[in-house]
Amino acid sequence: MALNVLMFYLLSAVIVIFSVLTITSRRILRAAFFLLCVLVGTAGFYFMVDYQFMAGVQLVLYAGGIVVLIIFSILLTSHISYKFPQPEAGRLVMGLLVGIGGLVLSTMAIMKYAFKATENAALKVDMNAIGTQLLGTGKNGYALPFEVISILLLAAMIGAIIIAKKGR
Amino acid sequence: MTHVLIVSAFMFFTGVCGFIIRRNMITILMSIELILNAVNINMVVFNKFLYPDQLQGQFFALFIVGIAAAEASVAIALIINIYRKLSSINVEQVNEMKY
Amino acid sequence: MNYSYTVLILLIPILVFLLTGLLGMKFKPIVSGIVGTVGLGIVFLLSWYTAWQYFFVGGQVNGEFEKIIAMSMHWIQFTDKLAIQIGILLDPISVMMLVVVSSVSFMVHIYSLGYMKGEKGFARFYAFLSLFTFSMLGLVVATNIFQMYIFWELVGVSSFLLIGFYYQKPSAVAASKKAFIVTRFADLGFLIGILLISFYTGTFDFQTLTGADHSIFESAASASFIGMSVMTWACLLIFMGGAGKSAMFPFHIWLPDAMEGPTPVSALIHAATMVVAGVYLVARMFPVFFFQAPDALEAIAYIGGFTSLFAAVIAVTQFDIKRVLAFSTLSQIGYMMLALGVSGYEGHEGVGYMASMFHLFTHAFFKALLFLGAGSIIHAVHSNVMQDMGGLRKYMPITHITFLIACLTIAGVPFLSAFFSKDEILVAAFEHNKFLFAVEYLVAGITAFYMFRLYFNIFWGKDRHYHHTPHEAPKVMTIPLMILAFGSIFAGYVPFTRLITADSRGFESHMDFAIAIPSVLIGLVGIGLAWILYKKENPLPDRIAAALGGFYKTVYNKFYIDELYLFITKKIIFNYISRPVAWFDRHIVDGTMNGIGWLTVTSSKKIKGLQSGYLPQYGMVFALAAVVLVLIFAYLIG
Repeated sequence: MALNVLMFYLLSAVIVIFSVLTITSRRILRAAFFLLCVLVGTAGFYFMVDYQFMAGVQLVLYAGGIVVLIIFSILLTSHISYKFPQPEAGRLVMGLLVGIGGLVLSTMAIMKYAFKATENAALKVDMNAIGTQLLGTGKNGYALPFEVISILLLAAMIGAIIIAKKGR
Repeated sequence: MTHVLIVSAFMFFTGVCGFIIRRNMITILMSIELILNAVNINMVVFNKFLYPDQLQGQFFALFIVGIAAAEASVAIALIINIYRKLSSINVEQVNEMKY
Repeated sequence: MNYSYTVLILLIPILVFLLTGLLGMKFKPIVSGIVGTVGLGIVFLLSWYTAWQYFFVGGQVNGEFEKIIAMSMHWIQFTDKLAIQIGILLDPISVMMLVVVSSVSFMVHIYSLGYMKGEKGFARFYAFLSLFTFSMLGLVVATNIFQMYIFWELVGVSSFLLIGFYYQKPSAVAASKKAFIVTRFADLGFLIGILLISFYTGTFDFQTLTGADHSIFESAASASFIGMSVMTWACLLIFMGGAGKSAMFPFHIWLPDAMEGPTPVSALIHAATMVVAGVYLVARMFPVFFFQAPDALEAIAYIGGFTSLFAAVIAVTQFDIKRVLAFSTLSQIGYMMLALGVSGYEGHEGVGYMASMFHLFTHAFFKALLFLGAGSIIHAVHSNVMQDMGGLRKYMPITHITFLIACLTIAGVPFLSAFFSKDEILVAAFEHNKFLFAVEYLVAGITAFYMFRLYFNIFWGKDRHYHHTPHEAPKVMTIPLMILAFGSIFAGYVPFTRLITADSRGFESHMDFAIAIPSVLIGLVGIGLAWILYKKENPLPDRIAAALGGFYKTVYNKFYIDELYLFITKKIIFNYISRPVAWFDRHIVDGTMNGIGWLTVTSSKKIKGLQSGYLPQYGMVFALAAVVLVLIFAYLIG
């Protein structure tokens, strides 16, 4: 087997196993850790397809930011050694039903569809290209969404501070 | 390529299951992150394998990550507020907006 | 000849009703009385003027009195061809009725100024009297049968209001309900009859229906239903309405109870005007009855004859003076119906029709006189029953003389008015059907007997000690009595045969001594019997009553007809028809409605669980719905 394919299967296995473990783990801190592993696996996947910038962003923001945030909130709000009770059967069944049903559906859809690739020449994905397009204002420029998302982040920050403030 | 899509679909539905099954609000948040990540993978894969001459998918994925971060922070703030009020983060107890 | 002023005859009473009804409370009661009386006085003068114009100035055209439409107003349009007018029709019988109704009403208005003085509701009384007069006048001048039906119902309502005038007395309320329900029930037949006739002939109008052209009845000639032709059914049903209003057997039960109303009301409504509405109806529709349904006329004659005998027999046993007079009214109306039933149409054969209208005219005067006289007696003695009276001739001379004149009239003593009219009826009956003649002959004798029983018991008999001496009634009450007595004596001299006949042409008539002399004789026999039994007080009547035993008791209780009706309604109709229907309504109809409500509430209780406020449930529903939608799209569209 080529190394590519091996790498791919390894990463897929990581992602799959750890995501299942995240949602079925009975201790909350372990769930957070499994989430971290999933995110790292995803980053690895990005490295595999040569999207280094993306992978870097993933690692920094997700793995380094969000998971840390989650762990902080766990520490703030609950007992670390608290063991969750089993979910009740009804909900388990419904959840599995929805999940597996949806999975089967999408798999069938994916398999049936003939994905057609474009014949244009591949673009070199490097920082230069990303930078110019991200801040460009031309045809494919993303300057406007960039500004909008910065305002969104500002709003989110202010909102989070106000909501989490201690009341009078 | 379809294999990747299947993997990401699996991750997506795992997140949906977790959202439905779990009772702790923070674990629900984690499931949401799983869902968002699955979508991200999808975007990147489409970009790489179908449209290698454009960067739309990557940028989309970038923005999704940014928005996910903002949303997670607001959610944590809400959870902390609820914890202060109810001393519990069991989502079954947050049900006053009902009939 | 311009008769458009006749519209005032209808307008004045309704205006008086509105004025006294709405504003009467703001002034002293006597003001309403004056307004009502003055208004009626104007109507009285206008009616007599109309009669004079119609009969003597206008006179006959081509040998007959024609029907004149004084005014007609288009009211409702049902379909292209069917419309209802409201108008005024002048023809011999309607003009005569105008005179009768307005005269008696005017007398009653004057009389009530004295009789109802000091009563609570004085203004209300005059308002209702005007309403009644308006309705009755509208009924007699109706141009089409539907207008007559509208005013017919109005008359019923006025009667209801007036009988139940003392609304705090339960017996009065019960009596007014009884009157209204019985007449309303009879009006059901009337309405069906109207619909039948108008369906087959396509018109409501009297001029068309009773005109010389009989082709409009062609479509009805071939239709029949259970052996009788449709026209006979229609005429019988219309007569049913008339029988209810005129208290023919078996609808007579309301009239004796209607005496619960004040005496002027009894005089106006239940003696002279409303109860003759049924007779008037048959007279108005007489050509239809005669040409299209002669069998119905036979039935009318028999019913009239039976009622007159039935009522006369009961009247012999009653002690309440107003009840005696009520049964006497029933009996006399029976006479009128019988006369119509045995009548022909052309010329002298129409003597029955003429006699019936003549008797209606004279009866109005003497019966109103009798009732008003009874009113003044009751006013003086404060009691209705004969046993409390006696020897009143010494205290109340005017009442005594006028009452005596009326009793002599009704007994058929020669040269008083009813002698002429009753004789014409007997002549008509004799020519047509000997059996009915014999019945009426007998009833004439019984009538004389019970009327003089009444007279002797009140004014002769034992001299009682009264708590306070009865005094003569005030002038305002005795003047109408005197005027009516004058009318009773001289009304017989009006040349009816030349004015009012079936075919609107006059005919000459003469005194038929072969019939007149025996009828006078039997009247004198009746008076004589009453003289022997009642003039001086003696135990003879009670011994006769005891001897007759059970028969006397049955007659005294009016043949238990009331009890029979009560039994039928309570035991049979209520139990077997009303109760199941009520159960059905309460459980099934209401149950369905309640069930729908219950269903809505229960299902909403179940559905509201969807809004639990529970986040994962929302997520699940969302995901599930998404999956299902994708499936649907994939398999239906893809």
